[in-house]
Amino acid sequence: MLLYVAGTVFILSALVLILGFIFRDIRTDFNLLERVWLILPQVAVDGISAGFVYAMIALGYTMVYGVLEFINFAHSEIFMVGAFIGAEVLLIMNSAGVLGAVHPLILLLLILLFGMLGSGGLAVTVERIAYRPLRGAPRLVPLISAIGVSLFLQDAVRFFEGIWRNEFYLTYPTIKFFEQRIILSSTIDFSVKSIIVILGAILMLVILNYFVNATKIGTAIRAVAQDRATASLMGIDVNQIIVLTFFIGGAMGGAAGVLFGLQYNTINPFTGFIPGLKAFTAAVLGGIGNISGAMLGGIVLGIMEAYGASYLSIFTSGAFGAEYKDILAFSILIIILIFRPAGLLGQVVREKA
Amino acid sequence: MSKSTTPSLWQRLMATQNARITFILAWVVITSYLVVATPRQLAFGLATQAVFILFAGSVLWLYYLQIPNALKVVIGFLVLGVLIPVFGGLNQYYLEVATQVCIFSALALGLNIVVGFAGLLDLGYVAFYLVGAYTWAIFGSPQAQKFIPPELLKFPLAQEFFFPFFFLATFLAALTGIMLGLPVLRVRGDYLAVVTLGFGELLRVVANNLDKPVNITNGPQGITPIQRPPLFFRSWFEGFGTALHGASTGLPLGLDKVFGGIGSWMENANPAQLYPIYFYFLVLLVIAIVIFVSRRVSDSRIGRAWEAVREDEDAAVAMGIPIVTTKLAAFATGASFAGAMGMLFAAKQVFINPESFTFLESIGVLAMVIVGGMGSIPGVVLGATALTVLNLQILPNISLALNSIRQAGYVIPVINYNLAQLPSQFEPAKYQRMVFGLVLIVMMLVRPEGLLPAKRRRVEIHQDKEVEAIV
Repeated sequence: MLLYVAGTVFILSALVLILGFIFRDIRTDFNLLERVWLILPQVAVDGISAGFVYAMIALGYTMVYGVLEFINFAHSEIFMVGAFIGAEVLLIMNSAGVLGAVHPLILLLLILLFGMLGSGGLAVTVERIAYRPLRGAPRLVPLISAIGVSLFLQDAVRFFEGIWRNEFYLTYPTIKFFEQRIILSSTIDFSVKSIIVILGAILMLVILNYFVNATKIGTAIRAVAQDRATASLMGIDVNQIIVLTFFIGGAMGGAAGVLFGLQYNTINPFTGFIPGLKAFTAAVLGGIGNISGAMLGGIVLGIMEAYGASYLSIFTSGAFGAEYKDILAFSILIIILIFRPAGLLGQVVREKA
Repeated sequence: MSKSTTPSLWQRLMATQNARITFILAWVVITSYLVVATPRQLAFGLATQAVFILFAGSVLWLYYLQIPNALKVVIGFLVLGVLIPVFGGLNQYYLEVATQVCIFSALALGLNIVVGFAGLLDLGYVAFYLVGAYTWAIFGSPQAQKFIPPELLKFPLAQEFFFPFFFLATFLAALTGIMLGLPVLRVRGDYLAVVTLGFGELLRVVANNLDKPVNITNGPQGITPIQRPPLFFRSWFEGFGTALHGASTGLPLGLDKVFGGIGSWMENANPAQLYPIYFYFLVLLVIAIVIFVSRRVSDSRIGRAWEAVREDEDAAVAMGIPIVTTKLAAFATGASFAGAMGMLFAAKQVFINPESFTFLESIGVLAMVIVGGMGSIPGVVLGATALTVLNLQILPNISLALNSIRQAGYVIPVINYNLAQLPSQFEPAKYQRMVFGLVLIVMMLVRPEGLLPAKRRRVEIHQDKEVEAIV
């Protein structure tokens, strides 16, 4: 995993530096190469933290796809609900006046726990109500149901927050500890929270990796993903494993939501949509159904996007701005589908009839 | 499972052709009377919608009743071509509803070709709508002058260019469909759904940001004013009105007043009155073409190929069906109708911006196809009508009703709750997503084949379930 991060950052940094060197004459108002060099560490940190968030969301897509061959379209909303739960916990503690009294790291653990439990529980509920009755129906049927769930959850959260707080744009309360900046030099500094997001995500991913690859239940999950019928003949309760998969995927999504909220502060019921799509792109990029592929895809996509967003406007004199980073992600999706539909780490699988 | 052999009361009543003809005529006459006679404000306008839906229901009866085809055409023309415009003259609102229903019906019928016939789930259908709309919006408004020097060409283009551009928009949308289809059609169905979704968003983001470096789409501000099509028929319309007015003098039974009134209205109609009727007929024309194409195509070689691909891709390939061409044909056909409707939409609204082409629009159209029944033409039209009326008329009216209840401040006796305290978030019109979401989930759980399913589709869905249950 760290290899993926280091590799992507190295390749992309080298690329922008080379480009900066080649195009150093197009800007006369400032030294292009120096500008490229100065913002590089900040861009890399932003990219890595976005990449880990994508990776965590992508895991939810990929795990469910692995066991059910089904794109859980509502996963972006499960992520969004996690962000809302985190915000609500902090806001309630804030209004109770205990926010300052608790150690920031305990606070972080607390919101992660609530976010994960809430999102995991929601994912399991959604599976029970909207997907399980449709197992065995033609492919389009559960997919359409999932789209319905996704839209429903967006408005349900909006409705609930509208009644409860009379507005549905929530802001994470500022916690001083997270807002501190680590100053490396006069031009380079990071906020503590982006480091926390990165460390938190790495911790989650390591735990998940251990769980899936080294425990008995993890083996069962992989067995079900490989062949559901045979797994059930081996005495694995397939339904239980599917529920567990939804729970784990949802919990990872919820944790990603909380970290996303901490990082970007403001959330609304529609925040899940674009990160969800990107995470899906990440899952496809890495090879859908493949867990380490999802991590790779997420990290690569996040870092690429950060580089694209920051450097595009510098190189094009502001003609194309950061808005085009969404286009970058979808272009990557389409290009991957043309040239390597199985993704970077996936192997080519024949479609099951 | 088993059909009863003894005919029901309904079947016996409708046994003869005369009974059926009398029934449909009586339905049209009675509901027309209700439409004219119902006061507009009754039950917050919900009564007006109810009678208008009943009236529009005559088209559905017409589709299903077994009466001679010529008669169907005559009554259909009477209802759609004469009565609705006349009601529209009485009350602009009816024509507006009818036009909106028709726009969404046409879109849903176009999507039905892709999703219903060929089984390709397209979640970015609105992208093609956007292509059509922007094609005319850019060149039919002063916008194009921002990147084309005036020495070269003057913009906006004259109204007469509307019709050539109509074909151009259709063609460009089809081309976009093919360009999107080429890379993604080789991958499996659910990837396609997400890729088309991404593509729809991508085009919207491009339209939102292409105001620099060269201002092509004018970004989030949108484009206005957009040229409307030329009123080439205005002199004929006035002439017909004069003739009708003249001919009506001396007719008995008060008919002179009715026809004289219509005649003088037609004589004096101004563009503001004519354009709604004009757009209504243009949309109706597109619908007629979509239905014609859908029906002809579904029985043709390519239609069967779509069906085969939908059912089993591997088997279809084994039978020698060129899979990419077949899928691309579906994509292009569906896209071209969306392009045509997009252009009409731009001309009708005079103003467009990227906000009109969000993901929610695509989902709305998809929900129409699904509610009605994938692959079934009357079903899709029914679904489009139901959801459009629900979305644009019933929900806003319920919101209005709730607002006035809130203002009245009525107190519910037993629980002692003052309705004035009802939170302002309680507004159904704001929660379209929730409504569409629930509609999609409930339909999938309860009746995945739709309200008026195509016969084969119904069999397939239930058969699949039975087979799976056995396995």
